[in-house]
Amino acid sequence: MTTQKPAREPGTGTRAQNTIAVQLLRKHRNDVPVSGWRLLSRRLGPVGVGSLVVIALVVLMAILAPVIAPYDPYAGGVTARHEAWSLAHLMGTDQSGRDILSRIIWGARTSLIGPAIVAVVTAVLATLLALTAVWFGGRVDALISRVLDILFAFPNMLLAILAVAIFGPSMLTASLALAIGFVPYSARVIRSVALRERNLPYVASARLQGISGFLITVRHILPNVRTQILTGMTINFGYAMIELAALSFLGLGVQPPTPDWGLMVSNGQASLQQGYWEQSIFAGLAIVITVAAFGYVGEQLGGRRAAGRIR
Amino acid sequence: MLNVESLVLTVTDPDTGQSTEILHGNSFALGAGESLGLVGESGSGKSMTLKCILGIEPSGARVAGSITLDGTDLLSAGGEELRRIRANDLALIAQNPHGSLNPVLPVGRFLVEGMSDARSLPAAEARTRAADLLRQVGITDTERVLRSYPHQLSGGMLQRVVIAGAMSGEPKLLLADEPTTALDVTTQAEVVAILDEKRRQHGLSMIYVTHDLDLAAAICDRLAVMKDGEILEIGTPEEIRDRPKTDYTRALMSARPQLYPEGRSAPALDDEAHASTEDRA
Repeated sequence: MTTQKPAREPGTGTRAQNTIAVQLLRKHRNDVPVSGWRLLSRRLGPVGVGSLVVIALVVLMAILAPVIAPYDPYAGGVTARHEAWSLAHLMGTDQSGRDILSRIIWGARTSLIGPAIVAVVTAVLATLLALTAVWFGGRVDALISRVLDILFAFPNMLLAILAVAIFGPSMLTASLALAIGFVPYSARVIRSVALRERNLPYVASARLQGISGFLITVRHILPNVRTQILTGMTINFGYAMIELAALSFLGLGVQPPTPDWGLMVSNGQASLQQGYWEQSIFAGLAIVITVAAFGYVGEQLGGRRAAGRIR
Repeated sequence: MLNVESLVLTVTDPDTGQSTEILHGNSFALGAGESLGLVGESGSGKSMTLKCILGIEPSGARVAGSITLDGTDLLSAGGEELRRIRANDLALIAQNPHGSLNPVLPVGRFLVEGMSDARSLPAAEARTRAADLLRQVGITDTERVLRSYPHQLSGGMLQRVVIAGAMSGEPKLLLADEPTTALDVTTQAEVVAILDEKRRQHGLSMIYVTHDLDLAAAICDRLAVMKDGEILEIGTPEEIRDRPKTDYTRALMSARPQLYPEGRSAPALDDEAHASTEDRA
């Protein structure tokens, strides 16, 4: 215990040592977190890592939009309307003669910021409510849980449309309203995990050490629910992107001429009937690919953990 | 120092509304530096007595009687006062050390937060003291242990960490709830020895809950035999062993597993019992 044992890889010892015990050790070693990245890639699997790369590319695209977009997303002209895809315009032009590729690249910005707001606001509110409910328990828990149940009754879209009707159409209004609609789903998951954690003996032992409820919640329970919070954020991001795109499609979210994927699907609708498919299809593809990537990463993070394979 | 008087614990079943009395008016007192062993079979109310002292009786339970620690009424204490008493005067060593520690945090955090969060010692000072405490319970590579997660340490090691944590606040009263039941036999002996030594060094009072009559006799000044929520008799280990007052105690004595038959108890017990008698003399 005191002397430093020479580090030896399992399996390099004598044959007698290379027994079941060594194999158990090897198995055990795999369970010890090695590095964040290796653990993450093990959790995600190959498709998950691919999804993560897609997400990174989309984010990079949003950040580098001014550098990589071949044209000004707002500049067009009636003479250049509905051009088919060519080397000059890789995805063609839209009904106003604007380069679709450039609008998709710029659109990544608005299309990502909205869901990001929803994911973050939802996570913060849901965590606050869930941990408050779990720590105080009893009536506080009952009150918070019932309020969440009531919130469940409202379809998210309806809440968002209501908010937009009151505060006027904008991406921020729509995102915040959607976030409130998402809270009960996340809060319920976090509450159930935190509740299980709260009833474990180590929480009682911390209480008996005289540690205050607030510190126990922040230092002990919160770290134990962070996987659920992260998973929820990833999955919510995908859902939020679809719902925000739908709101933009209905004209209640992002307002033209700002480039936004949902809005582009909507704008392309009229052209679609005239045989110009590029705008709607490419914008739709952008949404589908991004949402699928977020969804897969979220599922892997949450599903694997739920299966108990990795703690 | 600790005074428990006619302690009655009643538990009400939330579904049926039926009340059951679990402890039937027990009284005992504990002087400073004294150790009391609570022995009895499972379900006799040993752990429940500890829970009443700590104020963690199950929900729906009603406690009557009085429990005072140096004149402070523990039953009426609540909120901040109770938190302070727990932080400064009481320490619990629970049965399963794996349960006592948060699985996702290094064990160093457990020791440090006991001192810095509960008793507002500066964090840096708490860390130095944590290493110090670990050395005191016989852990030499303190840095590695402080950085380890609970699943990387053995049960015996973890229980030492828990004992170190219990000692960190220099409590008045140590409550040990079968602290060695979850450990293997050789580790048990080590952990008990460390616990006993530390307790004597710091002059702490202790209530030691166990099934093991021999073990309790070895490390406790007095024993209280419990059955069905009642304390049948309290006396020194010698009194209990040589002149049991009740049939139950006699039955309990004869129910001990005997390694050496013919009425002799194991030599190890005799030695230890002897040593503890000498300590008192």
